[in-house]
Amino acid sequence: MIWAILAMALRQIRRNAVRSFLTMLGIMIGVGAVIALVTLGEGATSKVKSDISKLGDNLLIVSPGADRRGPEVSVATPFTAADLEAIREEVAGVRLAAPTVQKGALVVAGNLNWRTSITGTTNEYLEVRGYEVERGRSFTEQEVTAGQPLCVIGTTVEKQLFPGGEALGQYVRVDRIGCEIIGVLASKGQSSMGQDQDDLVLVPLRMAQRRLIGNTDIGTIYVTVDAAEDTAQTKTDIEDLLRQRRRIQPDAEDDFRVRDLQEIASAMSSATGALTSLLGAIAAVSLLVGGIGIMNIMLVNVTERTREIGTRLAIGALAREVLLQFLVEAIVLSTTGGVIGVALGLGGSYAGTRALGMPFVIQPGIVLVAFGFSAMIGVVFGYLPARKAANLNPIEALRHE
Amino acid sequence: MTSEEPVIQLVGVKKVYGKGDALVYALAGVDLTIRAGEFVAIMGASGSGKSTSMNIIGCLDVPSAGSYRFRGAKVEEMTADERAMLRRLHIGFVFQGFNLLPRTTAIENVELPLVYRRVPTAERQRRAIEALETVGLGDRLHHVPSELSGGQQQRVAIARALASAPALLLADEPTGNLDSRRSAEIMQLLVQLNQERGITIVMVTHEPDMAAFASRCVHFKDGLIIGDGVPAEVFGPPSSSAGGAA
Ligand SMILES: Nc1ncnc2c1ncn2[C@@H]1O[C@H](COP(=O)(O)OP(=O)(O)OP(=O)(O)O)[C@@H](O)[C@H]1O
Ligand SMILES: [Mg+2]
Repeated sequence: MIWAILAMALRQIRRNAVRSFLTMLGIMIGVGAVIALVTLGEGATSKVKSDISKLGDNLLIVSPGADRRGPEVSVATPFTAADLEAIREEVAGVRLAAPTVQKGALVVAGNLNWRTSITGTTNEYLEVRGYEVERGRSFTEQEVTAGQPLCVIGTTVEKQLFPGGEALGQYVRVDRIGCEIIGVLASKGQSSMGQDQDDLVLVPLRMAQRRLIGNTDIGTIYVTVDAAEDTAQTKTDIEDLLRQRRRIQPDAEDDFRVRDLQEIASAMSSATGALTSLLGAIAAVSLLVGGIGIMNIMLVNVTERTREIGTRLAIGALAREVLLQFLVEAIVLSTTGGVIGVALGLGGSYAGTRALGMPFVIQPGIVLVAFGFSAMIGVVFGYLPARKAANLNPIEALRHE
Repeated sequence: MTSEEPVIQLVGVKKVYGKGDALVYALAGVDLTIRAGEFVAIMGASGSGKSTSMNIIGCLDVPSAGSYRFRGAKVEEMTADERAMLRRLHIGFVFQGFNLLPRTTAIENVELPLVYRRVPTAERQRRAIEALETVGLGDRLHHVPSELSGGQQQRVAIARALASAPALLLADEPTGNLDSRRSAEIMQLLVQLNQERGITIVMVTHEPDMAAFASRCVHFKDGLIIGDGVPAEVFGPPSSSAGGAA
């Protein structure tokens, strides 16, 4: 009997192909959106995680300011050269410590210009952040201490300022200071946060301090910990040292922050996770709307087919068989919509992850949930119209015009 | 034929619609016994209770008072599902407005009662084709109702009622929408089914011409039976009240 009812439902749906399609559209879009958004979110999260694990787990980022989130803070009391020296000398386990100062500036070459971030730092920065010089060279010790007007640029800057030409050996002007380009960095592509990691200009720390900023402050310090040492211990040691040097009272909060990558990773994945669930919730609402659409059409169907229902009841259909028939119709509509939605969602997120350079991770769980949810929507929203059909009085239904 | 056991036995059946001032006695106390193999025509003026009694006979409705036994079983004591099973197994309906499923082929329409009887597909199709051939529509199996004439649609409806081989065929004004030639064709078909297959037929009609095909004619007025006999008797003399039914 269930097969006969299923066959009747399919025939009915095929007979009203356009209407059925429009009815399914809501569910299709809802399920598709849920799948696409969750898959994209998962892709983003897993990219963040893999990027971070690629950087290694021995990086500490020491930055002034007590903010809880965000990579950079400028308003807080900066570090000094003595702080840097103390970190290098007094904390066991610190392998490298790269001081940085940053400033956004317009870089000009000939009649082209490009606004980018200028980082004053030492050669240690390249190693700590995993940059490699592709062409040319990095700074010499002497150039760094002297603060010579030299720079090492990323490939994005090269493309913008020297389209089609060789940047090495050319001069650019950074805030009106002429700098010779002595190196071009190998491209690193986009970061997991979507930042272009090749859009940078590195200059010697002393030069940035003296000629671009005008003081001897140090901003963020990037520290790598000896592989043999405990990163967490080194982190605490740096914190203790800085509290002492910055004379922070025992009950006062830190006015600086030492972050390790675990923290950043969890902050970022909780951010992408929150985004994923928000988008998922929006998509779930559209599923609900799709369900209401199905209920609406099924109610119209029941009214339109009142005489048919009367005929069925008169020739001996049981009320529950009529109920089942309309319920099955609603479920077939919603699950067909669900299946198409899953396909659309996976297709869309495949394209999306490819375009954004993220891994394409199918979550079988969410596919099953979305599919099950669409079937459930058919049951929930199909029940009322189906019960209406089953409860019709056959005599009145037959007389219905 | 009248010696057979009663298929239908109505005793003191009343049907009331509405409440208070709007109270209507659609049936005011009907006693009617129909035996297996009879072909009964029900006649009477509009509003006299013909359709109401057909609905009760067909187990679509239950009496407000009185008792109805279908093949000895008390219908008023049955649940809706039990009555549905009774209709499914023993009763075929032919409605005035055909009531074929729209956009559904003749053969699918005829198969419908067999679907509910859980007859396997192959057997179902065989019987549907057979029923359609009986009514002379063997060449219209895959036509939908809108591609069939009124008479053909009514014959599909009869085939549908026949397909489940019912003991009782109920027809409420089966020729109401048809011209006289088509009507006569339908009536001949009914007579043939009654005589060759022994199906008990109860038919409502306005027209004495149609009633004349029946073996017995019951005449309703204001919810009561006022005449019962062979058709010639019931509206035999032109002056009798039955003549006004047309
Ligand atoms: N559902 C209903 N609610 C209220 N009154 C009804 C209902 N059905 C029938 N009636 C009343 O019952 C009486 C008998 O109706 P019925 O349909 O049996 O007449 P009929 O003999 O079939 O008439 P016709 O020849 O016009 O079909 C009528 O007075 C009608 O108004
Ligand atoms: Mg009537």
